[in-house]
Order: sequence, then C-alpha cells, then structure tokens
Amino acid sequence: MNYRGPYRVRADQKAMPEIQHPGDAIVRVTRSCICGSDLHLYHGLVPDTRVGTTFGHEFIGVVEEIGSDVQNLKVGDNVLVPFNIACGKCVFCQQGLYGNCHESNPQATAVGGIFGYSHTAGGFDGGQAEYVRVPFADVGPTVIPDDMDHDNAVLLTDVVPTGYQAAEMGAIKPGDTVVVFGAGPVGIMAAKSAWLFGAGRVIVIDHIEYRLEFVKRFAQCEAYNFRSLEDVVLFIKKTTDYIGADVCIDAVGCEAAGSAMQTITGRKLMLQAGSATALHWAINSVKKGGVVSIVGVYGPTDNLVPIGNVVNKGITIRANQASVKRLLPRLIEHVREGRLNPKEIITHRVPLEEVSDAYHIFSAKLDNCIKTILIPPSANK
Amino acid sequence: MEKRDFERKDIIGWGIDANPLDVPAYPMKQRNENDNKGMIWERPKQQPDKVEILTSNERPTITAVFGTPNPPSGLSGKIRRYAFQFSESSYGHWLPLLLADRVNMIEGVVDDIKRGHFPNIFSELGGKSELKHNPKGFARKVLVGLAITAAIVMVCKRDSKHGEDEY
Repeated sequence: MNYRGPYRVRADQKAMPEIQHPGDAIVRVTRSCICGSDLHLYHGLVPDTRVGTTFGHEFIGVVEEIGSDVQNLKVGDNVLVPFNIACGKCVFCQQGLYGNCHESNPQATAVGGIFGYSHTAGGFDGGQAEYVRVPFADVGPTVIPDDMDHDNAVLLTDVVPTGYQAAEMGAIKPGDTVVVFGAGPVGIMAAKSAWLFGAGRVIVIDHIEYRLEFVKRFAQCEAYNFRSLEDVVLFIKKTTDYIGADVCIDAVGCEAAGSAMQTITGRKLMLQAGSATALHWAINSVKKGGVVSIVGVYGPTDNLVPIGNVVNKGITIRANQASVKRLLPRLIEHVREGRLNPKEIITHRVPLEEVSDAYHIFSAKLDNCIKTILIPPSANK
Repeated sequence: MEKRDFERKDIIGWGIDANPLDVPAYPMKQRNENDNKGMIWERPKQQPDKVEILTSNERPTITAVFGTPNPPSGLSGKIRRYAFQFSESSYGHWLPLLLADRVNMIEGVVDDIKRGHFPNIFSELGGKSELKHNPKGFARKVLVGLAITAAIVMVCKRDSKHGEDEY
C-alpha cells in the first residue's frame, strides 16, 4: 500500500524491509485491517504524512526473520502485533503505558511510535503490506494462541483494546448509564465492553443507520440516529431524568459529523484539529461529576470544546491511546470464554492489490462497510 | 422517553470486570519508584541512523528506534526541516508540516512521471468501487464536475473576448 496524497492510495511494489536494530523482527503479514483512524491519514488531516508511506497498524503475521537480541519469538511464530511500538524499558512502559513509549518516536514527544501512522508517530511503515519491520519484537508482539481464530486475533491489535480501554477509562460503576458517541468499530467494541464493567444502560449515538442497526444487535444496546433527534444533548438529558449520563465515550475523533460550525472550521477550513462535535456532545451530555473517556483521534493542534462546562460540572476526562500489551491477557481470556467475539464486525475481505477500492468503500461508508480486512497475496505462502 | 430494559443474564460476562481490583482501573495510577526522576531508565540499544531523521526539539536525543522510509527531500523536505525548529506546542511546527504534505503530493506526481509511471488517479481514488456501489453518486459527481468545467470555460472565453474587444 502506497499513500500518494489525500484520498489517493495504490498497491505498489516496495523494497523488502530489513532488520535495522538487534531487537527487530520481520513479519510476513497474513491479515491487516483498515482502521477508522487510518481515514484521518487518508484524508490528509495528520501533519507529516509523507507520500510513499505504507499505512496499517492492525496486523498479524508470521515471523520471517529476527534480530540478534530477540529472545521471545522464533521464526515461524504466528504473532499479533499491537499497534503501539513500545520499548518496555522507559518510565512510561514500566507503568503499563505502552501507548506512550518514549523510545520509539523521535519526531514527537506527545505520542509514541505507531506502525504506519505518519512521521508524527515515528515514520514507520505499516502492515498493509506483505512484509513489515517490527521494532522491539520482544515487547509488543504476542504469539497467537493455537485455539484463537486469526480474524479475532487481528482485531486484538487495536480495535478491541481501544474500545475496551474506552470503557475502562470511564470507571464504570455497576448500574451506570454509558453513552458511546460513534458506532464505528471502536464505538461498537466500547459499547460491548461497557457491559463487562457492569453498565446498567448503554446508549450509542451515530448517524449511519446500518451501523446503528448492527451495534444494537451486536452490543445489545440502545442506538439512536442523531439526525432524527432535534438536540442530542437534550435527548440524553431527558432520557436520564434530566441528570445526564454517568459516563460518555468519544469514539469518533476528528472527523465527526453533526455540527456545521465544527465541520466547516475543523474539516473544511482546518482552522482546528478536526471537528470536535462528539467530544462537545460528550462533555455536555455527561452528568456533573461524571467521566468523559476519549479514544477518538484528534490532530496535534487545537480543538473547540466547551472547557468551561468541564470546570463547572466537575467532569473527569480520561484519554489515551490504548495500552494494547497491558490489556491483551484479559482480552484474550474474554475472547476464549466467548464474552467477546470481535470477528463479527468484519464485513469486507479485500485483496491487498485492491487497496484503493477498499479505502474508498470504508471512507465513503459504501456497501454497509464496518470493518475491512486486507489479505496480502503472500498470506498463504 | 423509551428506555430499553435489558436482561443481564442475556449479556455474557456482564459485570465481570466491574471489580477495579481485578484489572488496573486506569493506567495512570500504576506508579513506580522511577516516577519524576527524569529519563533514568536503561536505554535500549540505539538504531544506527543511516538516513536523515528529523527530531522534535523537545527531546534531548534521538529515540532508540525510528522509521527510515521517506526521509525528507526536495522542497517539502526543506519545509519540514524548517518546521522542526519549533516545538510541538507551536503552530510554526504543525502548519508548515501540513503545507509540506501538500507540496509532497505534487512532488509525488512529478516523481511518478519521471519514472515513466503516469498515475491512474481514477483508480487511486477508488473510482471503480464508487461506480459499483454508488452509481448515482458517481453520476452526480461527474455532472457537477462537467458543469464546473463548462462554467470555467465559458468565463475564460468571455474574458478573452472582452480582451480582444478592448484591444
């Protein structure tokens, strides 16, 4: 996969990646996904996204080669590779903040290294490819259990942990009302995960009807189309006896629809780092003393949000990139026990060679697309 | 307002992670003895830098690993080098990087043509899937494009006619 500029990608032959550090591995990719956050790159919203970059931070594959220091993997292992590149040694990794590693991204301090996510996230090529270089191979990559479906495994690299951590950061108490903004793959997983933390009521807000229908069934929750609501915040207030939700989750990020002002200033004119409509609604919909959990991706500059209401309502805001490695043992257990079956969200399987069409279908939400898996030609080698 | 009652027994695993002692509630609370002591950890081995890597000025050194594809080059590279003089807190950092991305897009087309590859923009935009899954939308976009082109041609013709009259 080769990025050529906003809305333009194509399949190309590129040089084979090489071991560049004794802790590296080279992985032959067997499946990769297009993530909702890849669309921010695809739409040209992330600064320092260079032409020629290969996207893809959700992938699994087979270890083909290992560096001289790699101890925990061997050639031939089937591995799932967390989207965060983490050293395991820095003070942040030591705290379990594997999404905030300080040794994997020279270009920025605010974010750790991420596969295929621009030079703002380290300049690494990603997994929408046949082969990929995986740094710190002893830390992130996890051998896929023999009994695990590989479709479930690839979704454990980002979308499931991100949705789960969104619920975790909400500090949900048994019986809480949880509102999830966004019925994309992460929002779907956040809604599903909210029940595991004991939510009493889970409400999802979006405007894509087929996704609302899906999440209602998949996550056994309520789902509402904000286009049919006069005022989303007022709706949440009314449906919570005029108190507000205990926890609101922003699972949309910088390309939210629903506010003309946010769309024009954030997405069209780029005067702010994307449109913060979902976050705006989350802050205004949560009850006093409630929690807003943010996993939606925003750009590195500024956004217009009602910060005065955060202060006046005493809201706690928690946000982060998911710490995939920290969460994996628990999530693997949930998948094995049947509490989570993420592969149900996969709607499209596309050969890597057709990556241009795959991106357009996902971006334009055509053909009832929820989650797309790309299959490289060498997947079954 | 309709509230949907749910049966907890229908939801596999309901409340299984509700006990905050079972899982770390939020990672920010997992503190250790090295907090607030600066960059004191035993650093991983350093990846050799064989290509130009731009580094945030909020770091004392380059990180142990980094990506090497697509080092800065051409006019976009010059703009990126300029941007990295500013901290991540500055518009002087991010706005030039966005500009460099747009310049880089044009450089990419030029590079393609230099290599004898004329980019198939229709294919790169996913036009085939638009035609297949959204034919009405595709037709609308084509018509809008034609209308705008026709309007531009008409305006240009009118302007050139005015120019000839004045001459």
